Amino acid sequence: MRYFLRRTIQAVLLLFGVSVLTFLFSALAPGNYFDEMRLNPQISSETLASLRAQYQLDRPLPIRYAYWVSSVLRGELGFSFAYNTPVGPLLWVRARNTLLLTLTATLLAWALALPVGIWSAASLGRWPDRALSGATATFLIVPELVLALGLLIFAVRTNWFPTGGFVSTGFETLSPANKLRDIVLHMALPVAALALSSLPILLRHVRAAMAEVLGAPFLRAAEGHGIPRQTLLFKYALRAAANPLISLFGFSLGALLSGSLIVEVVMSWPGLGPLLLEAILARDVYVVIGGVLLSTIFLVGGNFVADMLLYRADPRIRTESAAK
Amino acid sequence: MNALLEIQDLEVAYRSTAGRECGALAGVSFEVYPGEILGVLGESGSGKSTLAAALLRLLPPNGKFRKGTVRFEGQDLLRARQRELQKVRGGRIGLIFQEPSMALHPTIRTGEQISSVIAAHQALDRRALREKTLQVLAKVFSADANRIAESYPHQLSGGQRQRVLLAQAIACSPALIIADEPTASLDPSTQQDILELLRTLRDQLHCAMILITHNPAILAGLADRILVLYAGKVAEIGPASEVFGSPQHPYTRALLKCLPPPLTENLRPRKSKLTVIPGESPNLQQLANGCRFEPRCTDRMDVCTTSEPAETSLSRHHAVSCFRYGG
Amino acid sequence: MPVSNKDAQHLLQVQNLEKRYVRASTVSQREEVTALRGVSLSILPQVTLALVGESGSGKSTLARCVACLDKPTSGTIRFGSDELTKLNEKDLRAIRPKIQLVFQDPANSLNPRWTAFDIVSEPFVIQQRFSNQERRERTFALLESVGLSSQKASQRPAEFSGGQRQRLAIARALALEPQLLILDEALSALDCSIQAQIVNLLFELQSSLGLSYLFITHDFAMAAHVSDEIVVMDHGQIVETGPTERIARSPKHPVTQRLMTAATASQVLPRELQAV
Repeated sequence: MRYFLRRTIQAVLLLFGVSVLTFLFSALAPGNYFDEMRLNPQISSETLASLRAQYQLDRPLPIRYAYWVSSVLRGELGFSFAYNTPVGPLLWVRARNTLLLTLTATLLAWALALPVGIWSAASLGRWPDRALSGATATFLIVPELVLALGLLIFAVRTNWFPTGGFVSTGFETLSPANKLRDIVLHMALPVAALALSSLPILLRHVRAAMAEVLGAPFLRAAEGHGIPRQTLLFKYALRAAANPLISLFGFSLGALLSGSLIVEVVMSWPGLGPLLLEAILARDVYVVIGGVLLSTIFLVGGNFVADMLLYRADPRIRTESAAK
Repeated sequence: MNALLEIQDLEVAYRSTAGRECGALAGVSFEVYPGEILGVLGESGSGKSTLAAALLRLLPPNGKFRKGTVRFEGQDLLRARQRELQKVRGGRIGLIFQEPSMALHPTIRTGEQISSVIAAHQALDRRALREKTLQVLAKVFSADANRIAESYPHQLSGGQRQRVLLAQAIACSPALIIADEPTASLDPSTQQDILELLRTLRDQLHCAMILITHNPAILAGLADRILVLYAGKVAEIGPASEVFGSPQHPYTRALLKCLPPPLTENLRPRKSKLTVIPGESPNLQQLANGCRFEPRCTDRMDVCTTSEPAETSLSRHHAVSCFRYGG
Repeated sequence: MPVSNKDAQHLLQVQNLEKRYVRASTVSQREEVTALRGVSLSILPQVTLALVGESGSGKSTLARCVACLDKPTSGTIRFGSDELTKLNEKDLRAIRPKIQLVFQDPANSLNPRWTAFDIVSEPFVIQQRFSNQERRERTFALLESVGLSSQKASQRPAEFSGGQRQRLAIARALALEPQLLILDEALSALDCSIQAQIVNLLFELQSSLGLSYLFITHDFAMAAHVSDEIVVMDHGQIVETGPTERIARSPKHPVTQRLMTAATASQVLPRELQAV
């Protein structure tokens, strides 16, 4: 338990550090939100000056940081200039949309990668394994952007799927069942793009981890005891191959908020990605900081979850080894 | 008495990555009788580990059976169907592999690893399974069966792990146990304990045992009969008292002479040179004609270079493959 | 500076060696382990000292300390006229060639990607000695002295048998003309007939090169045959020590007796065959 307490404290300190760094970087980057407005001749410089004072952009950095921290503690995470609302709720809505996509895609990818990877490793070197290796190699080369665009074109040509967005116009008028159907249809292509781009990597890892275990002496020994093949594969082999896969899973969790930017932008999904992109371009500084912080929380959290799972799954980490 | 296990003319080869075949067992024949301990004495390159794996068709992917039969309880294991073979493995023949540190699953509790073996052969409910597991553990551990069942392999000492392997092998009360180097990598006193345990188990379970090792000292006092394996062939087979007491095959004699002198008798001066068998085991990929031991044999004759000797019976139970006795 | 004339004769003198270390047994727990406790022994030139004990007795820790791979917590190790625990890294470098180690499992201590030639000549490269031509000559001479043909020089360890690998490890250990060779269970993984070959090789090398051996093993019968003196260890301490004949004839400490019983229980050879 002390181990986890230590890890939690480390995580909190890390978040702290990340927030300071992000703050520093965005303050050091030239320009601010109101630079755009300066180009507009209709807005006088006094208005600009008063706006800047209102948003405290002329105060020294540490003071701004202090105000921001107190805003975090209130749940607001600062203020967005572009949207004219506190950052917190804004991020929350967008993050929810992103999570809808990425959680589905991640679960789908893992649900496919595990059985297929196991099957591939079990038939190592023979044609099913070779065919799969060829397929994964091909998909690995295809960049996510191309994949997303390709699916978009597919949608346009066949008209089976909507070509972007979260919901259709007139969503509110639909019945609950139809609402669900509408969302699902909109989700289908982005989820496919995300799943297809992460699947090859997962497959390779599952296959590699399983292949290594399948050659191990304890598996042969178990076979010698007459343990049936299914049990050998799923109980013995998979559990021994779990360590690297759990770490990978933690990484998948960590990338839940940050891995979908390209797909969201291409497919006009109103997630965290496009929001952050806009905010960076517009110098909407608190949105950027808030977004980065949220992604970091997920990254750290993902690792943490992986560590906890590893702790449960591998007794060698948590229990004493015998004295020699 | 009818033999429990009958091996006839077993030939096993391995295919190297270059595609060439290398014979590991070249026509091995012997029998195992119920309740006896047969010691298989062989050094590296003799084919002993191949023999252990071959009996249950557990060869690695590049191994193949060229010839021979392995008859056990009325069926030829080499030609049995997968389902029948699975019933025999662990159920009627228990196997103890080398390297206790690697033969157990690292993240499953030992009790569960034993239960799996039982569950693969007997349909028991959870409680009965647990009881049976503890019973089996109690046979190999004098105390603490519960604690051992809850432990993971890395929490156990080498000797304890070896006992767990033994427990797995006896779990379903098999008729035959095959143990491949059961005491390698163990301390001498732990070795003694394990050997003692093997004897006890044989007496209690009335099973036969095949003990495979390169160290004659392990078989002394334990094995009923000894089979000496050299370069994939049987050099000598007979009762332990005869094979150790008056070894006939030149290899057996030379091997026993290599051992350091006994502690209790001053037969040779300390730090004197030990008798050695010159050279090394033959390269099985490049075998010349003639007896496989001939290059290193002190008793060689002309005929030994041109053909391989057949097995000659010296007495009802003692046989040797050497031209000095006919062949 | 030698303390007295008598002490100057000893090649190796270990006094009161202690080694404690903290081990992280799990990710959150640490425990202190005392591997060596008050260990003292000495080896004269051209003498074989057998170190016998079960696993966990501290034999390997002692070997590592003597070979300067580990620093003891307290105590002294005197080699010739040098106090090893007080030397800095630079001076230690000059001493290291004189004390060499041969391990149990050559598969783990020989680089599988190198040829036998590279493995044996590596010490020359590390210590930057001898010209290329001299290195070649010395390497081939070493291979021959351990019974490996020059054909083997271009092969990799994987193409060697277990006994040949140990010969290779010994050849490498001899490259820099050591005075003390520490054999840590060097025979345990070998077949009996090969053990006999290597033991004979070690006898030859001892008389031709004047080597001393620290022979670590748990095989009491072998220890009694190859050594002049025996030291018995248990749980980090020396429990009995003395000339081999005396100990083999009448062991006093229960640990020694237990080790001897285990060894004698498995005596195989009938009388007629033993007299050479």
